[in-house]
Amino acid sequence: MIRVQTGDFDIGAEVEALTRNRADIGAVVTFSGLVRDASGGSAVTSMDLEHYPGMTEKELARIEAEAHDRWPLQATLIVHRVGRLAPGDNIVLVVAASAHRKAAFEAAAFLMDYLKTRAPFWKREVGQGESRWVDAREDDDRAAEKWRD
Amino acid sequence: MKLLYFAWVKQRTGLAEEDVVLPSDIHDVHGLIAWLKARGEGYEAAFADLGAIRCAVDQEHGDLDTPIAGASEVAFFPPVTGG
Repeated sequence: MIRVQTGDFDIGAEVEALTRNRADIGAVVTFSGLVRDASGGSAVTSMDLEHYPGMTEKELARIEAEAHDRWPLQATLIVHRVGRLAPGDNIVLVVAASAHRKAAFEAAAFLMDYLKTRAPFWKREVGQGESRWVDAREDDDRAAEKWRD
Repeated sequence: MKLLYFAWVKQRTGLAEEDVVLPSDIHDVHGLIAWLKARGEGYEAAFADLGAIRCAVDQEHGDLDTPIAGASEVAFFPPVTGG
């Protein structure tokens, strides 16, 4: 399941909804990303997240489908926020549920690695009276690359 | 054809989106960028560093060689930074 939204999410409520009335899920791995108050030594007072309505949802669905092709997953959820966020706010939630932990751990890592390098979102940090677009990180490309083997 | 621009590409072109009618000799993303760069300074600045430009054709990731014949939507943007 995929959601792109401006509002916050509640991790506990999301996991509860995903696992309700199911006895085939033995492992749930969640990852959530939050806004930090500093970046490269500069203070960050807010962050604007832009996306490509239409493609963003399609790309997240493609990434999710690929995770289901690679691992035996009972359920997955990707929630990504857009708009203006403040330090400490939630940005992204990934949940992977499987019968056993290995698939859930690996799928959650895969979903995040692919999301970071393929899903069309762009961050702009605001701080000290100026704003700047966040640069993509080579570490993220390498993390996604390792799943190609 | 609808063109969309995001993040700093949008800031440099000064447009979020526009509809264009392309000359018939433009077949791929590379040709489209060359045509756009000739349209003004904003486009020239947006596409000055092709290594920093990513694109999508009909909402699927593409590259400079991706054909655009028959496409209804092409988007240009920097490398993504979500998550």
